[in-house]
Amino acid sequence: MASIRVEKVRKRFKNTEAVKGLDLEIKDGEFFCILGPPGAGKTTLLRLIVGLETPDEGNIYIGDESVVGIHPSKRGIAMIFQNLALYPDKTVFDNIAFPLRQQNVEEQEIERRVGDVAKELHIDWLLEKIPSQLSGGERQRVAIGRAIVRQPKAYLMDEPLSNLDALLRLEMRVSLKELQTSLKETFVYVTHDQVEALSMGDRIAVLNEGTLQQVGDPETIYQKPNNMFVATILGSPPMNFLMCDIEKKKDGVRIKHKAFSLETQQKHLLEALERSNGSGGVVLGLRPEEVTIHKEKKAGAPVPAEIYVTEPLGNETIVDVALGDNVIKVIAEPDFEGRSGEKIWIGIECSKLHFFDDETHECLYHASDRDEINIV
Amino acid sequence: MANIVLEKLVKNFGKQTAVKDLSLEINDKEFIALLGPSGCGKTTTMNMISGLLKPDSGKIFFDGKLMNPVPPGKRGVGFMFQNYAVFTFLNVFDNISFGLRIRNVPKVQIDKAVNEVARLLQIRHLLNMSASSLSINDMQRVALARSMITKPQIFLLDEPLSNLDASLRAVMRAELKKIQQELGQTAIYVTHDQVEAMSLADRIAVMNFAVLQQYDTPHNVYNRPKNLFVANFIGSPTINFFEGVYRTGEFLLSDFSGGRISVSSKQKNEVEERLKQEKIVVGIRPEHLKVCDTEKQSRPKLKAKVVSYEPLGSRTVVYMHPDSNPSVIIKSAMGSGYKPKIGELKFIDFEEKALYLFDRETEDLAVRFS
Repeated sequence: MASIRVEKVRKRFKNTEAVKGLDLEIKDGEFFCILGPPGAGKTTLLRLIVGLETPDEGNIYIGDESVVGIHPSKRGIAMIFQNLALYPDKTVFDNIAFPLRQQNVEEQEIERRVGDVAKELHIDWLLEKIPSQLSGGERQRVAIGRAIVRQPKAYLMDEPLSNLDALLRLEMRVSLKELQTSLKETFVYVTHDQVEALSMGDRIAVLNEGTLQQVGDPETIYQKPNNMFVATILGSPPMNFLMCDIEKKKDGVRIKHKAFSLETQQKHLLEALERSNGSGGVVLGLRPEEVTIHKEKKAGAPVPAEIYVTEPLGNETIVDVALGDNVIKVIAEPDFEGRSGEKIWIGIECSKLHFFDDETHECLYHASDRDEINIV
Repeated sequence: MANIVLEKLVKNFGKQTAVKDLSLEINDKEFIALLGPSGCGKTTTMNMISGLLKPDSGKIFFDGKLMNPVPPGKRGVGFMFQNYAVFTFLNVFDNISFGLRIRNVPKVQIDKAVNEVARLLQIRHLLNMSASSLSINDMQRVALARSMITKPQIFLLDEPLSNLDASLRAVMRAELKKIQQELGQTAIYVTHDQVEAMSLADRIAVMNFAVLQQYDTPHNVYNRPKNLFVANFIGSPTINFFEGVYRTGEFLLSDFSGGRISVSSKQKNEVEERLKQEKIVVGIRPEHLKVCDTEKQSRPKLKAKVVSYEPLGSRTVVYMHPDSNPSVIIKSAMGSGYKPKIGELKFIDFEEKALYLFDRETEDLAVRFS
């Protein structure tokens, strides 16, 4: 059991700075996901925590103890790899017992500790089997059992599910989350898959190009992204962006897109738009589930648009809608039918809009139910 | 113009059967997907269509003409692979025009053709750039343009999007579909990703272990899957399956304590007529299975314990165990704000029309209630 603290850590490899002055606090007992695209620096960060890399600057604490300079094996951390690395010819018992035998623990003690761990993981009835006789989820439990038996302070995982097929991945996600909930140990989990991060993380740290973009619980990161990068990496399909012009009016602004305009006098929004560094424009962000499609014009659907293509997925239909010069993705009902080129009308949930700086791509404002924003 | 007919294709590699008795008809201008897990025979099938592999037996026809003796280069087939095969030492224009230049097409015609596909793929502004300076997204468009420019009557795409990140993949999916509609070529798309197959294809050929399982529209493979494999392979999160037996108007589900679902009198005859034996598997899609708090709200009166949930933004997927079997996972797709407590005992609710009934032995769909 331990918290992990990363303080102003920098790490450079030849010409690239992989981690650029990162601060992070991982709480004791939480499931913490580090999410980012390839090259974001997430694996480097994990290797720094484990001790496989040494930071150029900054400090790393496990519990209250600074671990910089301490050998990986002395940090009390267990690393669980992508290929669970079980010994195929050893039984489950021998696999779990392996680290204890390395330490020359007495056989009686080994039996007791392996038994306890197996019971905790619900694999006590599998102890005599070999890995090839187990399901994917069971194998994962054995790998974790082998880590638990050493009683580490935290568990670190680097994309452990990425080699598996979709069905197995789903099963493993559920079992891993269930396991962590019952163990109440600190799990740090690196992934590029937003579904894994949203589904398992108590909190998520989004990383890009070696810098931290946002830390928060899944709902916050999804609903209030700090910038366009975070807004894009979460959500399937991801958030749509529309470049708009801002026109100042006497007592408010008009936000103009080729297909529609918004008008608002909302004070906080006006102030936020004032802070923009851009050239008089703003990027409007709207989630695919916050747009509705209608075959006729009506009060809730005032914006003319056209169907680009439709993608029926069974449980929902993604409709790609041509809106001015943009194509946006909209989630519609599973039985939605439409032809490419068909004229439609769309409604936009204005209380769920996001406004981004068109230059820095930082979020300026998240709309809420209290805001009066009208489509004109 | 090209329709394709595959007639009883067989391909073995040593003792391994890669494709077994595959018959398939692909209409002119149709977009079909060959979908299945790795090793199911989909790429082997595609390679036989292109001519890169010779079938051990069976026939391949394009527009009624037997293709077996025709070499790959003469079949009029265009390719697009997952590694985009763009020459990084050439600029974009020279990359796209490559296929025409090696055919000694006159310069004026080449210019016209390049401009046309570049406009369609929105890469006209990139024509003079070096291919090595392109983003992955643009690189993929250039690869597509290069395949399209020779105007193949048949387009074969082998997991072309699998190297792209998720958001680009979503954009390119729509682009590919639009382009295929505009060009009107016959396209065969190989993928292991059911989302790509569902969203792109007019019809999907689902394969497993060298055998064609079902060949139908996205709507039908989802709503009327031929068997357990297809039902399980299509849809995300995957369909729920509960094993049980059918006895006089009731399904008895052993995963739940007191688990019984009575069949309406309307459906009873069909169930009894179509079910060959009593062992069954009941399937319910996650979006049709709702979590509720009280027994009263649950029509089938089934209890389940929440083990985890995924707040995926536009919806929340809830995972549960049936009260009598902790090794079974129940999946339910709830609204975006739903937040259950882990470990809590809940009830599940669904309508009869949501059920899929499979024969346990043959694994085939026996009855679809809706």
